[in-house]
Amino acid sequence: MTRSLGAKIVAIFLGASLVAACGSDSDDGDSGTTGGKVELSFWAWAPNIEKVIDKWNAANPDIHVTLSRQAGGGDIVTKLLTAHKAGNPPDLAQVEYQSLPTLVSNDVLADIAKETGDTKGKFADGVWQQVTLGTDAVYGIPQDAGPMMLYYRTDLFQQYGLTVPKTWEEFAQTARTVRTKAPKQYLTTFSAKDPGWFAGLAQQAGAAWWGVSGDSWKVSINDAATKKVADYWGGLVGEGAIDDQPMYTPEWNKALNDGTLLAWPSAIWGPGVLEGNAPDTKGKWAMAPLPQWTAGESKTGNWGGSSTGVTAKSKNQSAAVKFATWMNTDAAATELLIKEAAIYPAARDAQASPALAQPPAFFPAQTDFYATAKQIAEGAAGVTWGPNVNVTYQVYQDAFGKAITQKSAFGAAVDEMQAATVSDMQKNGFKVAS
Amino acid sequence: MAVVTSRRGRRTAAPYAFLAPAVLLFSLFILLPVGYTAYLSLRKVQVKGLGLGRGARSEVFAGLENYQRAIADSQLWSGALRVLLYGLLLLPIMLGLALLFALLLDRPRVGLRRFSRISIFMPYAVPAVIASMLWGFLYLPAMSPLNYVLDKLGLPEPNLLSPGSVLFSIVNIAVWGGVGFNMIILYTSLRAISPEIYESARIDGCSELQIALRIKIPLLIPAIVMTTVFSLIVTVQVFSEPLTVRSLTTSVTSTWTPLMKVYRDAFAADDLYSAAATSILLAAITLVLSFGFLRFVQRRAFGEDR
Repeated sequence: MTRSLGAKIVAIFLGASLVAACGSDSDDGDSGTTGGKVELSFWAWAPNIEKVIDKWNAANPDIHVTLSRQAGGGDIVTKLLTAHKAGNPPDLAQVEYQSLPTLVSNDVLADIAKETGDTKGKFADGVWQQVTLGTDAVYGIPQDAGPMMLYYRTDLFQQYGLTVPKTWEEFAQTARTVRTKAPKQYLTTFSAKDPGWFAGLAQQAGAAWWGVSGDSWKVSINDAATKKVADYWGGLVGEGAIDDQPMYTPEWNKALNDGTLLAWPSAIWGPGVLEGNAPDTKGKWAMAPLPQWTAGESKTGNWGGSSTGVTAKSKNQSAAVKFATWMNTDAAATELLIKEAAIYPAARDAQASPALAQPPAFFPAQTDFYATAKQIAEGAAGVTWGPNVNVTYQVYQDAFGKAITQKSAFGAAVDEMQAATVSDMQKNGFKVAS
Repeated sequence: MAVVTSRRGRRTAAPYAFLAPAVLLFSLFILLPVGYTAYLSLRKVQVKGLGLGRGARSEVFAGLENYQRAIADSQLWSGALRVLLYGLLLLPIMLGLALLFALLLDRPRVGLRRFSRISIFMPYAVPAVIASMLWGFLYLPAMSPLNYVLDKLGLPEPNLLSPGSVLFSIVNIAVWGGVGFNMIILYTSLRAISPEIYESARIDGCSELQIALRIKIPLLIPAIVMTTVFSLIVTVQVFSEPLTVRSLTTSVTSTWTPLMKVYRDAFAADDLYSAAATSILLAAITLVLSFGFLRFVQRRAFGEDR
């Protein structure tokens, strides 16, 4: 069994590189110019994104883009790293914002600052900051954003005489009221499984987990803002005002569907999730801005979202940037992204696209859904992601999971995230300012 | 003449020709990967400054640093301790049930023998991930039929995924999936025992229970040892069940078992190097455990063969 243990790991590793090698062999073929025609390969996971690519290919006979469909999230990062080492990465790839630093740190993505020119002005500052990592470089063109908002059950709110909370204090009060009026129901749940969700909530409070100053990183995951958010939710869980079960489980689906959970602080893509996981509740939900820490403000954070990166080993970087810019800012392209790929575009103008005139099918009554969303998106805080978000996120799950099961303070979990993140960075040789 | 020499030549080459495929496959898919893992375990990544941009990251020789870190990691050992507990629960229950079922099926005049054998074996054919999903859904309080019934009866509802009970819940999944396989091995060896022995025992006035305890079990010892070694190895490598259940509850951490930690380091934290060191360490422990067990029982089980 030495064999099965060691071999398993290496076999997976070799297998992944073989797959990656085969994959890109077939799709970038002889990546380069053939008779003045540029061939670009593109890795993405957004559904139906080939419709956007077809439109580009029809209009640009000189630059031909071929899609290679990938699994989303973390898988594509692992594959890109492997393909990069093997020397045959695609020209373009869809990358989640928080994965950018990992890829940049491994030299997978190119700095495209020179080719992007005035593209910066087409995005909200907070969104653009995510692709610069707080430096002068640009490592991708933002594709979609995930501004956070509050989803709630209008029918149940009415039934229990609740009003939509405008501040987190009101939210806590509402949570307690729900418990007294309906002991089997909860306003919402705190999930120790979704670090991206917590990161968004912390951003809203003004948290800046990573920062760059000079040639060293600043890591402050346990800053005052994050502590405030953690303690707030820890308090609610501790007193039993909200549930503490993870999201995205069959149990959670059931709770959303049967009304055990009345509200969900989520992101712009929430309606799609509700439609898939709680199909019986069509038309019963409404969206409102996230509760605020200070009354009268209009801040939010981002949960999710991705960008289009150009690889450092691509031989046709400027053509690749051209395509990426077109796909994510052109009116016709973004309209297709919205309609076909169900993406909420990151570009400002695209957020006012005619394709967003109608509310999501699951929210037929809220006609101003996307107008409200655009307003909310403007207040999204900027973020600089660090080079080891994966480590931080992993520790989030373990530390908050432990805090919930042992009923200990959430603040300590945030400290644990900070300590593990810094020690991992130092172990790898990153310069971390204290 | 010519025929003789060629025949002789073929005779000397033949064993090697027969060995070649096995040797080639063995070195390609076992020796090489193991060697590469050992090599990786001595390497690490070194980043300069911000670690952004060209040439900021390089792979360097790390010596035994990865091993030192792995040995000093309390998460690894608490995971190992958990697996030990898991094994202490799983092995006796699983092998005990397998033995019991094998003996029951081997009794004369058992009705539905074929059906019982297949239905006990069936869970083994269900992949561990699917089995864990099925059981996991049954454990979730809001989904579980057990909780539904208890709720209707007004009895207190257990949470089978709470930190205190999740270990037992996972042992249950492993027992469900593992009994069938072990039972088939034991049952097959039982069928191989000559019926004359039972006949003479019966003539001597032996009851079926006595036959089982005094004749069948002692004769089964080699098979029991083999199933134990197999189960021991599977136990040390427990991975799919807790990883699947983890998606349903906060009670299972990402380093719940040593193999889960290896997986997390390699694929979630992008640190192939410490993952390689930990897996070599784990392989060494497994080796010591299974050979240790074999040595321990060798004299008792196979003593008369020597």
